[in-house]
Amino acid sequence: MAHKKGNQTYILDKDVIVRHSECIVGQKESEGPLGKYFDQKADDDFGMDTWEKGEAKFVEATYKKLLSRCDIEENLIDCILAGDLLNQCTSSACGLKESGRPFLGLYGACSTMAESLVNGSLLVDGGGMNNVVCMTSSNFCSAEKQFRFPLELGCQRAPNSQWTVTGCGAVLLSSGGNGPRITSVTPGIIRDYEISDTNNMGAAMAPAAASTIIAHLSDLERDISYYDLVMTGDLGLTGRELCRDILKMHGINAPKEIYDDCGAIIFDPEQGTCAGGSGCGCCASVLCGYLLKLMEQKQINKLLFIATGALMSAVSTKQGEPIPGIAHAVAIENI
Amino acid sequence: MGSDNLTKLNGPKYEKMKQDRSMKSNLLVDCAIAFVSGGFICIIAQVFKDIITSGKLVDLLGTADEKSASALTVLFMVFLGALLTSLNVYDNIGKVCGAGSIVPITGFANSIVSSAMEFRSEGHILGVGAQMFICAGPVIVYGTAASVIAGLFYFLFTMG
Repeated sequence: MAHKKGNQTYILDKDVIVRHSECIVGQKESEGPLGKYFDQKADDDFGMDTWEKGEAKFVEATYKKLLSRCDIEENLIDCILAGDLLNQCTSSACGLKESGRPFLGLYGACSTMAESLVNGSLLVDGGGMNNVVCMTSSNFCSAEKQFRFPLELGCQRAPNSQWTVTGCGAVLLSSGGNGPRITSVTPGIIRDYEISDTNNMGAAMAPAAASTIIAHLSDLERDISYYDLVMTGDLGLTGRELCRDILKMHGINAPKEIYDDCGAIIFDPEQGTCAGGSGCGCCASVLCGYLLKLMEQKQINKLLFIATGALMSAVSTKQGEPIPGIAHAVAIENI
Repeated sequence: MGSDNLTKLNGPKYEKMKQDRSMKSNLLVDCAIAFVSGGFICIIAQVFKDIITSGKLVDLLGTADEKSASALTVLFMVFLGALLTSLNVYDNIGKVCGAGSIVPITGFANSIVSSAMEFRSEGHILGVGAQMFICAGPVIVYGTAASVIAGLFYFLFTMG
């Protein structure tokens, strides 16, 4: 059973192995700087007649790909933890309705990948489950429709706005097998610094990310240099620098060799993505397609993965409510 | 409330940090592009109007008087905006031109057609019918309200 250390960190006592991971991304993501690491791409609609069905298809295809590539019998999957950005998490539910396995829907906005890993690893560690799939997805077109404007509307994007990543990432956590281990998890605390600009969500989430990193390091009495790489989820170019500033303010030096952000590296600004990528699928595809591959090749051995979420809705922002941020941390290590 | 580990951060301080780190748009360049591109759209409309009033294309369009030429020009520009939207072109124009392509009536057509296209998947009644004015609606509502106020002033100042 996991045990608590400090204010909010849990150290896992049993082996929780990241046995396999898969991702599928959209066309634009495959043309970005990390394109060569993403081995499967698809159109945003995945050949379906609506964006929403397309996103569900991303989820279904990624789940099937995960099962076929890691050679596990379907009925050995004890639980699937999944979530997305669409109202009532329909992409995950529709995409996994044929799976025939227990499903728990999650919502943590763009922090859902880490939220599912936190829950999944605790379930494997102490909940009697042996194989848990953690996955999330997002889709540029369906997210634009729900949160912003129609796709064909001829408007300009604000310089600090972010581009929702089309992509789905899935991880299989097991109590046995080979792969890096999840060693500790830090569920985050909601932080609200009164940012209400939906075109600057990196700024809304940066304090939450910094707060979780500080909590994780102080709970475990670690220095940031313990990790080879600390990756936040989707703060983007603006949020990444704000997070760095807040960390520095609290005595943590996070140079670019150690700390970076998935949203800041998934796109090239030349792609017209303004401050970078966002969405559940952003850090999910970077984790599954890129970071875990680096771990597999032993280029990095200790990774702190912090997915960040902006806890707003289309209604709350129209009513002028500020956007609270959240971030959950997962430590993944080659042992 | 629980303790906050961001002891050195507070609202006003963070607001300032946000301002410092946020990327700014270049207002002067954006205005210049909007001015030129918006003017270019108006030139297209003016050329169309001149052609139909000049009578050079009598066989094709007939010759229009001043009043119906204005109405026909508006129709033509709305059609042009709608056509370019449906061909997935207008959003790319908008990315570069900004307000230059939003403010003219082509932009108004774009806002309606783009919404209709977006919500087509939700059906013709509750999708297209109910949602096609989500962007253009405010323009219609406040345009009408403003014209009532303007009309009132016009009435008051021309009474005597």
